[in-house]
Amino acid sequence: MLDLTTSNVMERTALRVNPCKTCQPVGAMYAALGVANCMPHSHGSQGCCSYHRTVLSRHFKEPAVASSSSFTEGASVFGGRSNINTAVKNVFDMYDPDIIAVHTTCLSETIGDDLTSYIMDMDLPEGKTVVHCNTPSYVGSHINGFFNMMMGFMNYLTKKTGTPNGKAAIFPGWVNPGDIRELKRIATLMGVPYVMFPDQSGVLDAPMTGKYEYFTGGGTTLPEIASLGDTEQLIALGEITSGEPAELLQKKWKVPHTLLPMPVGIAYTDAYVMALQKFSKKEVPEELEEQRGQLVDLLLDSHPYTHGKKAAIFGDPDVVIGLTSLCLELGIVPKYVITGTPKDEFTRRVNALLEKYNVEGCTVKANADLFELHQWIKNEPVELLIGSTYGKQIAKAEDIPFIRAGFPVLDRYAGPLMPVVGYAGAIRMVEKICDALMDRQDRDAADEDLEIVM
Amino acid sequence: MAVTTTNILEERATSISSKQRKGISCEKESVSGAVSQRACVYCGARVVLNPITDAYHIVHGPIGCASYTWDIRGSLSSGSELYRNSYSTDLRETDIVFGGAVKLTAAIDELMEKANPAPKLIFIYATCIVGVIGDDVDAVCRAAEAKYGIRVIPVKAPGFSGTKSLGYQMACNAILEVMRPHREQKKRFGINILGDYNLAGEMWIIKRYFEDLGIPVISTITGDASYESLTQAPSATLNIVQCAGSSAYLAECMDEELGIPYVKVSFFGVEDTSASIIRVADALYAAGACDDGIPARAREFAAAQTAKVMPVIEKYKPRLAGKKAAIFVGGGFKAISLIRQFNELGIKTVVVGTQTGKKDEYAVIESLVDGDTIVLDDANPAELEQFMLEKGADILVGGVKERPLAYKLGVAFCDHNHERRHPLAGFAGIENFIKEINMSINSPVWQYLGKEAAV
Repeated sequence: MLDLTTSNVMERTALRVNPCKTCQPVGAMYAALGVANCMPHSHGSQGCCSYHRTVLSRHFKEPAVASSSSFTEGASVFGGRSNINTAVKNVFDMYDPDIIAVHTTCLSETIGDDLTSYIMDMDLPEGKTVVHCNTPSYVGSHINGFFNMMMGFMNYLTKKTGTPNGKAAIFPGWVNPGDIRELKRIATLMGVPYVMFPDQSGVLDAPMTGKYEYFTGGGTTLPEIASLGDTEQLIALGEITSGEPAELLQKKWKVPHTLLPMPVGIAYTDAYVMALQKFSKKEVPEELEEQRGQLVDLLLDSHPYTHGKKAAIFGDPDVVIGLTSLCLELGIVPKYVITGTPKDEFTRRVNALLEKYNVEGCTVKANADLFELHQWIKNEPVELLIGSTYGKQIAKAEDIPFIRAGFPVLDRYAGPLMPVVGYAGAIRMVEKICDALMDRQDRDAADEDLEIVM
Repeated sequence: MAVTTTNILEERATSISSKQRKGISCEKESVSGAVSQRACVYCGARVVLNPITDAYHIVHGPIGCASYTWDIRGSLSSGSELYRNSYSTDLRETDIVFGGAVKLTAAIDELMEKANPAPKLIFIYATCIVGVIGDDVDAVCRAAEAKYGIRVIPVKAPGFSGTKSLGYQMACNAILEVMRPHREQKKRFGINILGDYNLAGEMWIIKRYFEDLGIPVISTITGDASYESLTQAPSATLNIVQCAGSSAYLAECMDEELGIPYVKVSFFGVEDTSASIIRVADALYAAGACDDGIPARAREFAAAQTAKVMPVIEKYKPRLAGKKAAIFVGGGFKAISLIRQFNELGIKTVVVGTQTGKKDEYAVIESLVDGDTIVLDDANPAELEQFMLEKGADILVGGVKERPLAYKLGVAFCDHNHERRHPLAGFAGIENFIKEINMSINSPVWQYLGKEAAV
């Protein structure tokens, strides 16, 4: 009996019920895990670091290593300078990373720790680096933490030598390692030399070798991050996650950027491929053309089962925008589209999409929560729910087919290894969507209506 | 990076004990910069109180602390599922500047006006920054209690204010706060079960044993607890304490304030489960609460159950005997039970660590294990890795953060924490535990670990 939600929609201004977001530091930790030989460091109480590592471990089913300043009562009164100094010394002594990426927490922000000056005053071992970013938990969401950490790295490390390196920079946004592998595959097929930043592939999807290593060798290297200033063009994916870092690179080193939606579905993947093509000036190779053709073929074959179905989509802004676009390509009506991240840009972008497909009667909201979504569904149901594991209770209470996508997925395996992006990712998602809808049709069919051929 | 003995932090040396160095240093803060497996004060308070099923748990602070603790414990409920929702004030920048008390009051008001079912008990958890920005949470709670005539109990648990153990204490104080207005009750024959969180329904197994013996269970704290059942707790004759780490303090307080004595119990493994059932029956008899029929029946019951489970142990023993185990759990008492349980299976415990073990618990641990077994307080992954490899552990028993570590090292794993798959307590739990250990140690997956698959 998980269904405590009533259909009587409850207007709230102070109480958050069943959130669709979490706090900045976990985003910073995830971003820092995408840098080679980097120790993410949480400057705050020990619980923060422990919670973030736990949620990342539960999503990726991999170790997520990070250290903590382990604030005590004293630190909260006198500031965390001595904690960070001790921590940095200990981390280099014991774990020997090349770099420590510090992010703040609500506590260190509120007591006013000045990390810039703390780090400036540090006596670091030869060849070691410490960078930081501010991630106040009470601003934005984990998505802000992710891009703030990216900008932290860029502020400290990027340079411009004056000699362009002939590469494109690619910001993947907050995606799974399986997505990053697919983005790289496409860029390689398009003949584009690139710097992917950050890059959690090889880190949070590292293979089983029987050996445990803190630093797996995966991740964007420090010279690669430094070279971002020398790249000729930036392709930034995920307008909301990668927008600010893209602006920063433009402002700091005059690297022009193309800001695109997360490449989910045909149209958005096409946009990514076109951006790469603009850079390489090469033909789209047969391998990609073929895969795109397969995807279109699949949409055509399956459209009688998807067209006109109503879906609710929730999660982080960029992945939700991408999935909404894919749903619209399938003829699915995205009845409710929400994110917990407070960004008006989200609603603008989703509404623009709905307008483009001439779909009406949908509800789009940022800064929303899952209790609210559940109440809407009670009033006007949907036939498909797409989002993180936290949709599970709604799906069960309302008996709605449910597809897991986004972050976090705590109750299924293999997801982080697989792409949602690209033509391959779209084929995978279409299979999932069709399976969910058609399994439901089979389950609900009277014996005489059960079809062998569909 | 390969970890060698030389890169154990010097500050950590006294927290590790082996035959060269007896007597462990524990119950202290973690070292800054260590990749500790430990959580915080808030976490301790939250995990103890969360299973109170019909309470509204409002986390007052920025969203993270509410997100990370939303429905994370596999505590089962026979009634309300309210506790499986997440409520928070989701503090924003303006609240940090102007104070969050207004928003907290508004959140309580919204809940009282609109929530279904109507709240009877609300816990307000104050996280790290609440004290720093000067919110008077006590005053907000007092005002809400006066306004609505229900219980609104503050749990002021800033993460930095100590270790997870302190959070347990705060939770225990909050539970006492629920009980206090109901302290003047007539005592009746029956027990309270303290420190069992009904993970995978474990508390129900234990409860059934006592009910079968004719011992009523009055209140369970906090697995499957409700406001109503907590208010009846003061009427019990005896408290039994399963997870001493989290609840020994509550038992002490209930002894002092409510005159309810307690016994420590552990329902993990044949030895401890049998001994615990008998100990409870004997304690009730010694207190003059029952006749000698109950102690006699308890012995018969334990013997009969042991006889039933022994064949399972004998069946699996040949597949498991001679293996080596590493244990890394929260409390010392659980570690002790696990060592005994492994001994029953012929498995030697080679590494044992806890997050919040007490001095006396470490003394028991050191009496149970061989001289060369490594004992660790507040271990971090580097140490766990080093000693598991050094000692050739075949299986690790731990929690969520240790699982991937074990797998990466090619070591089998059993979750004995929030994510346990099956009940591991009582006689039924013994069978589940053995099967889980066997499943992981003897999984076919291990043969694919090498460069080429074994044919």
